[in-house]
Amino acid sequence: MKILVCISNVPDTTSKINFTEGDTQFDTNGVQFVINPNDEFGLTRAMWFKEKQGASVHVATVGDASTEPTIRKALAIGADEAIRINAQPTDGYFVAQQLADVVKNGGYDLIIAGRESIDYNGGMVPGMMAEMLDMNFVNNCISLDIEGSNASAVREIDGGKEKVSTALPLVIGGQKGLVQESDLRIPNMRGIMMARKKQLNIVEPIEAIAATSTVKFEKPAPKGSVKLVDSAEELVQLLHNEAKAI
Amino acid sequence: MSVIAFLETENGSFKKNASEVASYAHAVAQKMGGTAVGIAFNATNAPEMGTYGIEKIVNVSDNGLESFNAQGYAHVIAEAVKKEESSIVVVGSSADAKYLAPLLAAKLQAGYAPNVVAVPDDVSDFTVKRTAFSNKGFAFTKISTQTKVVGVSSNAFGAHENQVDCQEEAFSPSIDTMGVSSVEIDKVTGKVSIADADIVVSGGRGLKGPENWGMVEELAEVLGAATACSKPVSDMGWRPHSEHVGQTGKPVASNLYIAIGISGAIQHLAGVSASKTKVVINNDPEAPFFKAADYGIVGDAFEVVPKLIEKLREFKAQNS
Ligand SMILES: Cc1cc2nc3c(=O)[nH]c(=O)nc-3n(C[C@H](O)[C@H](O)[C@H](O)COP(=O)(O)OP(=O)(O)OC[C@H]3O[C@@H](n4cnc5c(N)ncnc54)[C@H](O)[C@@H]3O)c2cc1C
Ligand SMILES: Nc1ncnc2c1ncn2[C@@H]1O[C@H](COP(=O)(O)O)[C@@H](O)[C@H]1O
Repeated sequence: MKILVCISNVPDTTSKINFTEGDTQFDTNGVQFVINPNDEFGLTRAMWFKEKQGASVHVATVGDASTEPTIRKALAIGADEAIRINAQPTDGYFVAQQLADVVKNGGYDLIIAGRESIDYNGGMVPGMMAEMLDMNFVNNCISLDIEGSNASAVREIDGGKEKVSTALPLVIGGQKGLVQESDLRIPNMRGIMMARKKQLNIVEPIEAIAATSTVKFEKPAPKGSVKLVDSAEELVQLLHNEAKAI
Repeated sequence: MSVIAFLETENGSFKKNASEVASYAHAVAQKMGGTAVGIAFNATNAPEMGTYGIEKIVNVSDNGLESFNAQGYAHVIAEAVKKEESSIVVVGSSADAKYLAPLLAAKLQAGYAPNVVAVPDDVSDFTVKRTAFSNKGFAFTKISTQTKVVGVSSNAFGAHENQVDCQEEAFSPSIDTMGVSSVEIDKVTGKVSIADADIVVSGGRGLKGPENWGMVEELAEVLGAATACSKPVSDMGWRPHSEHVGQTGKPVASNLYIAIGISGAIQHLAGVSASKTKVVINNDPEAPFFKAADYGIVGDAFEVVPKLIEKLREFKAQNS
């Protein structure tokens, strides 16, 4: 089984979000970039398929050279090879076309992506890719098992979960639950050393359009200060009369 | 020219978000000088969406789509888009809507903007305001393709009544492949889900242990609310993973969010700050959550929560 894990390079969850150049650009100053948490769950599951079922695992990212530390980390965690599509990930539609091309040329059976990137919260790359490639797709995937070419998965739904069956070739949008939190791996020295020797292939993007563009950013209006109340009774009154929430 | 709204149903009845999706579609259609059309699956009372400005409902039944299937639904909606010559498709923010939207967008070669909170000022330019960076910012995103897919956030644009006559039309295009088949659905019955809830009551590590969740459930019951929790609470197995809210858990965009014994870490806040009114109950006046809250009580949850339940019961008794 050939697996491709799609990795998006995102600001660490603790990052302060600021904008520059007249609020048209995300300010990367002082921001630490990491593997998108949803993709880290997926990569960890991929490692399980590698170790238990002999799968080969490649990772791919669409991004410029600044994303390489993130990819190297994925290699240090245990991916066999990495591909960087040398382009700015302008929008989800553009990224999906680039990744779909990599999938087509690489003959992958299983594409593990994340439910969403925690920066732009698009939640679109995996689904678009599946449609472009005519592959099956399971989103919000919290459990995945493969046997031969059959896949059995669980997806989170509003208010519960759904067990589904499908077949390879398959794209998933993974998230927390795909593996245990305690299974997540911090690269060790050996992994980091080995990662240096692994292949990081840089490919140029194919011609593709972006369907959307972000013209401006805005920070949320500063929050008014909290109204501290002394009693439960007062809170009930405020929620009813002022907030109109009950 | 029409705007088509995917109006979700459950057991034949429209879900709460359908009225918001319909209202949004109506507002955009008005701006474009077109009509708002709905597409629903197995709706038993389709014309009731006329309340929110939907002039026609394409009601899909009888083609093997009794339960949700993303590929099947996306295929049928794409067919409806062609039939109705729609240029804008509006969907909600449920797990199902977010599952099918990218499939649909790619099928229609359309740009897709999710988590949208407002209608575009100028429909010819079509730049929409949406949340990004897990609610730590907004992005103004221009959709430049001819066909556009807009995913509207819950509890943001809201439901607006605009009564019109609504025609119902049956539609059942054939479907060749569904790709994924449902084996089993495991849904907690009789409880409102976090996604659909108007009010969410959430507990954190300050509640000390799973045995103390009785009062959280009771508070939720009095309010008709869903229950949720912080990440460590689900990691420790005090509560199921499905209740974990925040940046890496479920997003919350409820009308009222009540946080009990939750410190307000940045990753928690990111996921819940889209809620309209936030109440914090915490015994540490320095807890960061107070800075992000509308109302707060500094106090011991084990004293405050039972009192709150009592006062709410009295309030409900007087106001019903
Ligand atoms: C990559 C990453 C992703 C993350 N994603 C999420 C996420 O999605 N969601 C999430 O929630 N967290 C997330 N976290 C974890 C987050 O950083 C915090 O650790 C977590 O939110 C803290 O949970 P808590 O508030 O329940 O616990 P604590 O921080 O321990 O807070 C407990 C609070 O309870 C109060 N308290 C104690 N006793 C009482 C009492 N008797 N009465 C009233 N109050 C009391 C305390 O004053 C304290 O403020 C993430 C972390 C990382 C690194
Ligand atoms: N630039 C990128 N390079 C590689 N994979 C990506 C990129 N952007 C998004 N993805 C994948 O698509 C998923 C969903 O991202 P998004 O649609 O941007 O929210 C991510 O979790 C990744 O798996």
